[in-house]
Amino acid sequence: MNTEEALFITLVLVSAIGATGALVLRKSKYCAHISFGMAAIAAAIGIALAGSVLAGGALNLDLPAQLEIGGLSLTMSFTMDGLSAFFVMAISVVGFAISIYSVSYVREYEGRYSIGLLGAVFNLFLLSMILVVTAGNAIIFLIVWEVMSLLSYLLVVYENRRNESVSAGFLYIVMTHIGTAFITLGFLVIFTATASFDFSTFQGAGALMTPMSKSLAFLLFLIGFGTKAGIMPMHVWLPYAHPAAPSNVSALMSGVMVKTAIFMLIKCVFEFLGVADTWWGLLVLLAASISAVLGVLYALNEIDMKRLLAYSTVENVGIILIGLGVSMIFMSYGLKGLAALALIATLFHTFNHALFKALLFMGAGAVTHAAHTKNIEKMGGLIKRMPWTGALFFIGALSIAAIPPLNGFVSEWLIFQSLLLSFNVPEMAVKILLPMTIGMLALTGALAAACFVRAYGITFLAAPRSEHAAEAKEVPGTMLAGMATLALLCVLAGVLSVYIIPAIDKITAPVVGISVASKMSFGIIMKPADDSFSSMSPLAIAAILAILLPLIFVITRYYGGRKNMVYGDTWDCGTPLTSRNEYTGTAYSKSINMIFSAIYRPSKELVARPTASPYIRKDMSYADHTEPIFEKYLYSPVASLAIKVARQLSFIQTGSIQAYLAYIFITLVVLLVVFRWI
Amino acid sequence: MGPAQIIIIILQTALMVAIAPLLTGIIRKLKALMQSRKGPGVLQPYYDLYKLFCKESVVSMNASWVFQLTPYVCMAAVLVAALMVPAISTTSLNFVGDLIVVVYMLAMMRFFMALAALDTGSAFGGMGSSREMTLSAIAEPTILMAIFTMALIAHTTSLGDISYQLSVHGLDLVRPALFLAFAALFIATLAENARVPVDNPATHLELTMIHEGMILEYSGKQLGLMELSSMTKLMLFLTILASVFVPWGIATEISALSLSIGLALLIVKVLIMAAVIAYIESSMAKLRLFRVPSLLTLSFMMALIAVMSFYIL
Repeated sequence: MNTEEALFITLVLVSAIGATGALVLRKSKYCAHISFGMAAIAAAIGIALAGSVLAGGALNLDLPAQLEIGGLSLTMSFTMDGLSAFFVMAISVVGFAISIYSVSYVREYEGRYSIGLLGAVFNLFLLSMILVVTAGNAIIFLIVWEVMSLLSYLLVVYENRRNESVSAGFLYIVMTHIGTAFITLGFLVIFTATASFDFSTFQGAGALMTPMSKSLAFLLFLIGFGTKAGIMPMHVWLPYAHPAAPSNVSALMSGVMVKTAIFMLIKCVFEFLGVADTWWGLLVLLAASISAVLGVLYALNEIDMKRLLAYSTVENVGIILIGLGVSMIFMSYGLKGLAALALIATLFHTFNHALFKALLFMGAGAVTHAAHTKNIEKMGGLIKRMPWTGALFFIGALSIAAIPPLNGFVSEWLIFQSLLLSFNVPEMAVKILLPMTIGMLALTGALAAACFVRAYGITFLAAPRSEHAAEAKEVPGTMLAGMATLALLCVLAGVLSVYIIPAIDKITAPVVGISVASKMSFGIIMKPADDSFSSMSPLAIAAILAILLPLIFVITRYYGGRKNMVYGDTWDCGTPLTSRNEYTGTAYSKSINMIFSAIYRPSKELVARPTASPYIRKDMSYADHTEPIFEKYLYSPVASLAIKVARQLSFIQTGSIQAYLAYIFITLVVLLVVFRWI
Repeated sequence: MGPAQIIIIILQTALMVAIAPLLTGIIRKLKALMQSRKGPGVLQPYYDLYKLFCKESVVSMNASWVFQLTPYVCMAAVLVAALMVPAISTTSLNFVGDLIVVVYMLAMMRFFMALAALDTGSAFGGMGSSREMTLSAIAEPTILMAIFTMALIAHTTSLGDISYQLSVHGLDLVRPALFLAFAALFIATLAENARVPVDNPATHLELTMIHEGMILEYSGKQLGLMELSSMTKLMLFLTILASVFVPWGIATEISALSLSIGLALLIVKVLIMAAVIAYIESSMAKLRLFRVPSLLTLSFMMALIAVMSFYIL
């Protein structure tokens, strides 16, 4: 048994002990410490495991158990290559920070829901995600994928006395099973060519398949994994399910669970099928651009803090898939160097999004914990009451808004570069289409900045808008420690990105077939794999900012003489200013709402009771709705059709046992006849 | 990159900051002349800034460190962006950042400014902040697309290199795309710098102001810094238009003669654009807020057509 195998087995054991411990000690005062402590240890082992595989090791673990299904013998195998090690790393790093955060976060549920249960499922959920990205064959994969979905479902409905959690959970479990059905079909299509479910035989299976079946498998995977990743229009469950779970779980689901789908998409497209046609990439690009722009537009309109973050996950998955789509397009023309660049950008943004989205969800957990509401309109002024949370959330907001030199900016820069280098594509039509994506990505970036200015400004700045917000207290140290870990990593992953790129290149090199690290990383300078095209240095930007900021401060302070700072009220036009005069989140996004009214389709109701004077109105009420396009025009018709068909068919459910026995008998006879003669 | 280049980069950045108030002064003077007013002298912005730097600041009690930090960040961000822009010579801090970094440094400035506007809890600040983020969301894709057109023409995204390629290869690289992109970026410049017809820099009318609404709560030294960084931003945009789109005459080598020609031509080009801005502001009314998106969409379409025409023509 080598190191990697030992680490892997220890990881499984530690998670199992954590889960059992949580259940056994569910009444104990230290339940949270033990269960989330074990989860943190398991995550730390995951980091070590991924590190050792990335450093050149490999994991090929065949469990002695053999499954016999219809003459096929299956080995329970778990394998890790660079790509899966990368995702194990992302899961473990984020999982580690969230576990620390959870120790005191879950106290919120004390006396209301069982902490032992939460701890147990949390441990298993973390483990199941690691198993998903290390599964060695399709059957094992489907089993752990299903386990992961079910465990996350349990976590979504954890607050089971809230109706919204339960209905969000139902939507989630329906959608995720539709997705799993597509994935299963996709694997079956490949199976017809390979006659084995082993991922090692799937490798390069595209060569054995007809173009038709390859494209079919690709579409099945795109829909199947797209559902989990939250690509539009399969995203409908995500904005409900992610926020319904406890915040630490939301962080895990939005930060890393969606990434397991990205992992499988890369694996299926690049390793199993091989990119056959350009239209695959264009299709991904189309879905991705729509997800990015619409995701951020919906996020901008949201006043529920956690749902805002969930929509922003849809947006970021869009950005990630823009990178993937471009990479596929380059690959289909054999431009391997550029495909590698785009794939590196994709993976880097995947990792970065895991860091800052988990950080932001933890921050959202902290503010909901302190202000007792998820509604941003009832927060405000929290930066003074929760200075540390405020500062850490600020770093997350800067990262996600792609402000240089933080990590979100660097990965977006790389994706922009890959899009720009599309002039190398030989086909004119594709060359003209790609600049549209540049425009979409730029629009997404600017709207994301607006979205997080709004989210941060309304939540943390100005005067508190409710009593709860005014009385908010800073959260305990372990929660801050969990957030601080990821905030620090966000800064480091941005500033030191030049040194991270070669590590990612090692992972993409076997996938794409070419290494571009020597063309990308030059000391402190980063280049987009094309020597003279452009260059950028986040480290230098950070250094120049670090010199300029104090310099400007000192010059301002002493030029014109030192002057005191005087504190006074905000200009109030003569009437005392209260928090009711502040700009609200709804007002903030109103102008964007009006400009993009074709997408939002807003409707408002203004009811006012008139008095004798036309100028004075008694109690006004105002309601503002936006129309969810996909739900209304895509899902509602399908759902109502399904219900209609079910009603029609319900006549066979008579309720009498004789009838059911007759059905069984008839089925049996039919089957016997069919299999006898065919 | 030798010491000579570094000195030039620092000098031309300092120059942009130093003449930014003069540029504002000249635009105001030209506007006054066009409107048959006498108007304040062109040096008035310097006196205003000096006065502000000699004053104490009044800070709202609602405000947090975000409000206090923002003026310094705005100035630093615009300076970092200026380091990467060629002005009198095509030398710029190419290796540190390209045009995307310049656009995102300005996004950083806007991000902080919009947050600071919300920080005081004033409704004016919130309104300005909301409108600024809305309009910039539509303007930013235009700016990126317009400069990307130049990147396609010159096969590089570094502003200094685009400028160099264009001035060395001269008219060989000129395409119709260049003019479309120039027009698109010029409209976006007006929007980004709070000029008519998008915003009125001379107004303090509560319900119409965008940029002024955001900095309404600043006073004293901090207001001075905010004003200076906004002026520098306008100078920066005009410099990009002048030395990236029509770079001819810019110094491509380091010699006293070519540098002075570069300086003289830069001033001439910027002055022409200043006159155009003054003319627009005197002859046009500010657009209603919800008419502005049509204007910006128009400029985006021009930028998009610029990119497409580059491939087709």
